[in-house]
Amino acid sequence: MGTVLRNPKVWIFGLCLLPLLRLIALGLDGGLGANPIEFVTRSTGTWTLVGLLATLAVTPLRRLTGRAGLVRYRRMLGLFAFFYASLHVVTYLWLDQFFELAAIAGDIVKRPFISVGFAAFVLLIPLAATSTQAMMRRLGRRWQALHRLVYAIAVLGVIHYVWLVKQDMTQPLIYGALLAVLLAARLPWGVRLLQAVREAGVPLRSPRNGGKRTGPMVLLDDC
Amino acid sequence: MLIRHPSDILPSEITPPEVYRERRRFMQGVVALAAGAVLGAAGDAAAGPRLPGVRASAYRLDEERTPYKDVTTYNNFYEFGTGKGDPAQNAGSLRTQSWTVAVEGEVRRPATWDIDTLLKLAPLEERVYRLRCVEGWSMVIPWVGFPLRELIRRAEPTGKAKYVEFVTLHDPAQMPGQRTRLLDWPYVEGLRLDEAMHPLTLLAVGLYGEVLPKQNGAPVRLVVPWKYGFKSAKSIARIRFVEKPPLTAWMKAAPREYGFYSNVNPHVDHPRWSQAKERRIGEFFKRDTLMFNGYGDQVAQLYRGMDLKRFF
Repeated sequence: MGTVLRNPKVWIFGLCLLPLLRLIALGLDGGLGANPIEFVTRSTGTWTLVGLLATLAVTPLRRLTGRAGLVRYRRMLGLFAFFYASLHVVTYLWLDQFFELAAIAGDIVKRPFISVGFAAFVLLIPLAATSTQAMMRRLGRRWQALHRLVYAIAVLGVIHYVWLVKQDMTQPLIYGALLAVLLAARLPWGVRLLQAVREAGVPLRSPRNGGKRTGPMVLLDDC
Repeated sequence: MLIRHPSDILPSEITPPEVYRERRRFMQGVVALAAGAVLGAAGDAAAGPRLPGVRASAYRLDEERTPYKDVTTYNNFYEFGTGKGDPAQNAGSLRTQSWTVAVEGEVRRPATWDIDTLLKLAPLEERVYRLRCVEGWSMVIPWVGFPLRELIRRAEPTGKAKYVEFVTLHDPAQMPGQRTRLLDWPYVEGLRLDEAMHPLTLLAVGLYGEVLPKQNGAPVRLVVPWKYGFKSAKSIARIRFVEKPPLTAWMKAAPREYGFYSNVNPHVDHPRWSQAKERRIGEFFKRDTLMFNGYGDQVAQLYRGMDLKRFF
């Protein structure tokens, strides 16, 4: 038990489940407000975006701290983003459209915000499907290329949000700004900046663990 | 020569506003309680003072009324924030006492009505209307008010009055949302004069038999049941009769998305979403949206010969 609790993965897993547990608790308590389905749709959409941003934050954070091991938690974050995206899409298909295929198809074709949201979800599916260790090994270099799709997915996710709000752009712009920062951190100057910041802080942490990188870590570099 | 009279009242003896407001509120509560005792207990959860002398009317619906709690906690009133729960949380800063409504423009008898006189302008009646929001949800609300035409008749519009403009109070101190530049404040809405004169068009001062809650547009708002909810301007400070169609707040903000008429119409989609269906608050399945929100028999003739796709 003690060793289980000392594993950060357990904590992160629990943390990632909180938004769902909150929805369930609110639902049982009648706390989802006058329009519960809208509430659930909004909430699952928001947590999908948060999950995507958290996933994209791993690499910059790793460069900033020099802790290569952080990459171990990335898959779980990515899969949670997919989990909340699936709940979001199911809420729309079932509770909003009641599986009326004609209406759904019409929506996807005619409503740009639904088109981009749906595209983002469809693109997430192969990433979730190839997230296993075995698939990683099987795809080799192509795995990395495939998983770069996550940049496009996150951009589509933010556009989906921007295009759906009626007037108040504050929230979508906050997500957009965070995404821009996380993407910029991957550009050459962004990488250099993160490294410079890290170097400045290096004396604080003596034996450098940068040299201990192993094979799969190198493979995952730069995603 | 300036003669200075020594003030008879010491500053310390002047009742601070928060104290006398509290006293007024207490007295109103007492009056409301007495009125409640006379009128009989309220059927629904009562929060505000009840309006005395409200008559029933022929405007009822066979549809279930949206619970008071939902009507008063799920609101679009950007003057108090853009979240649906924001108005209920923030509208406390609105001062609805000693409110006035200016009636002006192309009228023979311009006037500034204070709210207490306005409340007695015509007998108050209860009318149960559907409310369809442009966002795709709807409610059934028992409003209290009187037809807007009662006020229009007293103002005697001139021959030049073709449209009526409704302007919400503009005071960022009371309406924190107006400190943002979300819309070009103040909120402006408009109707054609014949729409404004239509017997369905209501000047509402209450709901569920009570004084209108602040988050619902106190002390006086418009209710135009066959148009999307945003046409029904809230917390009205000014009613102006004009020759040209007013440029409304939403037309200014997004001219491609919001037109002057904004009649509920399941066949004309919002550019970004369908208007064919709606979610009635409290219901699980969606309903088909009705042409003119189900008031076609009464209002369709207002738009005879008009292409409603063009005049959306």
